[in-house]
Amino acid sequence: MIRFKTSLIASAILALMMAGGVAAWAQDADQPKPERQRWSFNGVFGTFDQAQLQRGFQVYKEVCSNCHRLSIPFRTLADSDGPGFSEAQVKALAASYQVVNEDPNDKGEMFKRPGTPADVFPPPDAFPNDAAAVAALGKAPPDMWLLAKARKYERGFPNFVFDIFDAYQEVGADYIVAILNGYTHSDDQQWNLYYPGHKIAMPQPITDGAVTYTDGTPPTLVNYSKDIAAFLSWAAEPTLVERKKIGLRVIIFLIVLSTLMYFTKKRIWANAH
Amino acid sequence: MSGPSTFVPKSALGKWFESRLPIMGLIHSSFIAYPVPRNLNYLWTFGAILSFMLIAQIITGVILAMHYVPSASLAFLSVEHIMRDVNFGWLMRYLHTNGASMFFLAVYIHMFRGIYFGSYKAPREVLWILGVIIYILMTATAFMGYVLPWGAMSFAGATVITSLFSAIPIVGVSVSHWLWGGYAVGDPTLNRFFSLHFLLPFMIVGVVVLHVWALHVCGQNNPDGVEVQNVERDTVPFTPYATIKDLFATCVFFILYAWFVFFIPNYLLDADNSNIANPLVTPAHIVPEWYLLPFYAILRAIPNKLAGVLALFAALALLAFLPWLDTSPVKSAKYRPAFKVFFWVFVVCCIGLGYLGSQEVTDSATLVARILSIGYFGFLLVALPVLGLIEKTKPIPASIADAVLAKTGAAS
Repeated sequence: MIRFKTSLIASAILALMMAGGVAAWAQDADQPKPERQRWSFNGVFGTFDQAQLQRGFQVYKEVCSNCHRLSIPFRTLADSDGPGFSEAQVKALAASYQVVNEDPNDKGEMFKRPGTPADVFPPPDAFPNDAAAVAALGKAPPDMWLLAKARKYERGFPNFVFDIFDAYQEVGADYIVAILNGYTHSDDQQWNLYYPGHKIAMPQPITDGAVTYTDGTPPTLVNYSKDIAAFLSWAAEPTLVERKKIGLRVIIFLIVLSTLMYFTKKRIWANAH
Repeated sequence: MSGPSTFVPKSALGKWFESRLPIMGLIHSSFIAYPVPRNLNYLWTFGAILSFMLIAQIITGVILAMHYVPSASLAFLSVEHIMRDVNFGWLMRYLHTNGASMFFLAVYIHMFRGIYFGSYKAPREVLWILGVIIYILMTATAFMGYVLPWGAMSFAGATVITSLFSAIPIVGVSVSHWLWGGYAVGDPTLNRFFSLHFLLPFMIVGVVVLHVWALHVCGQNNPDGVEVQNVERDTVPFTPYATIKDLFATCVFFILYAWFVFFIPNYLLDADNSNIANPLVTPAHIVPEWYLLPFYAILRAIPNKLAGVLALFAALALLAFLPWLDTSPVKSAKYRPAFKVFFWVFVVCCIGLGYLGSQEVTDSATLVARILSIGYFGFLLVALPVLGLIEKTKPIPASIADAVLAKTGAAS
């Protein structure tokens, strides 16, 4: 029986190794995986770093927004769990954009007006719609509101198992950082170390010094990439902080309840034997 | 086992009501006095866990349906509206999507437990078949639910699964068009999937009622696989013994559920489903949800489309025939040393197929998937019938009480 068991375990390990080996062969040797970054919003106690989100928004506004839209309402920028801009700042920011009114005027013409906090960020001036972007660029730049959730890289076995226990959910943010730092061939603006197949449609969008931070953070590509990735993580999941706060209480409650249940169960079953 | 009810109402109103509709007596005999084998282990708590999960899915699902819009142009946006603007909408949606995974995790443990301890054998064949029907309804419900957010993977999944029917000779293409309500997956498909996704859970509830009814007629199987002979010696009443044990296990299971909902809610969701469905852009790598991966691996392992589709449905349907495929009179694997080994090989085959289903197709992956598919069908079609004829089983205890006494005696 013991020999049966050992051979069984051995065959199970062999099967898993075979499956793992298959995955390893499928890996492209010159396609490195994005590096894992440290994020303030990772883990059980994670919250967004307000200053970082504000810097990330600045990067979006000054660089990304030239081509990418961001379909979130201005008002969300005042979210205290998010970038936490003041109401006045958000109002002024919204008013600096021209948005197309939802209904036509009394002559039946569509018209533009200054934005209000309830409005969604308008599309980039150069590309009012995807067709215009395709005509100019060959491919429409994706809307950035869900980008941090819509991008991933293969974690592979056994990492995907460990990810359950250390609550790793920042695959998309790490991917964005890697892409922005992946333009390593100075002679080819569309070659990216981390993009699958290396041929990326977006030419290098940002380099050292492109944005001037006002809070003294060094104006480097590494900082830009982390700040924009953090900002986009918030934009994709604005309820993250509330979720983790409630989650911690729920888990503690369930652990206490389970413990009490366990002892009650033990006491009741003591009579059964 | 659940003979005429011994319930006697105390109040005059209770007596009046009971003589007109004996529902209190039914509840009393089903959930209070119902005799439960005293040797059950924690694997027997998954029935209760599954009941809780079914209720949780229905409650969160009904609330989500209040805010969701089943239209190709608005479905994706309405899900994001739920996530961002609806009060606690994110909670309802994450409870629902992760709840589906937890539901399947629990049902797989429940099913493997049934196989390991021979719970499908006489007199529980009908009970088992009802369970298989519930499982098939669950896979259909989950598949249609996955289409509703109308992300890129929803669209690709809907296309792949509905196209399976086009493999049927002669009428296949017409069947696919009929399922789609058009010439491709589109608005009519989404609408009918929403309608059916709302309907099927209530059909599941109906079959669950039959499942519990059948269970309460023949009584629960148990780790020793011997039937109850003496209710006094072999069983304990459902309340409080099973009630408290089930509640404790459900609480522990909910810790896992909460961990997924609050800390890794996107772990099981494909990133591609955060991109809106676009018929012109297919995801580089189409994968179903994790709970359907083994079947997807079987489908891809077979080079011929029709044969692959037949194998996929056979892999599901064969489960209903387990009571007759397994020829051994001994129920529990505890007393079946050879069966035990084959059982674990079967589990490894299922997990291995699941892993391969998530991987891209390569020659070596296909080869391994073929070997594991042979393992899957080999267990059901060869090992189970043959083992019953040649296996030398261990002596089974005379009664449940004897098994319990032997165990506690050895421990002390």
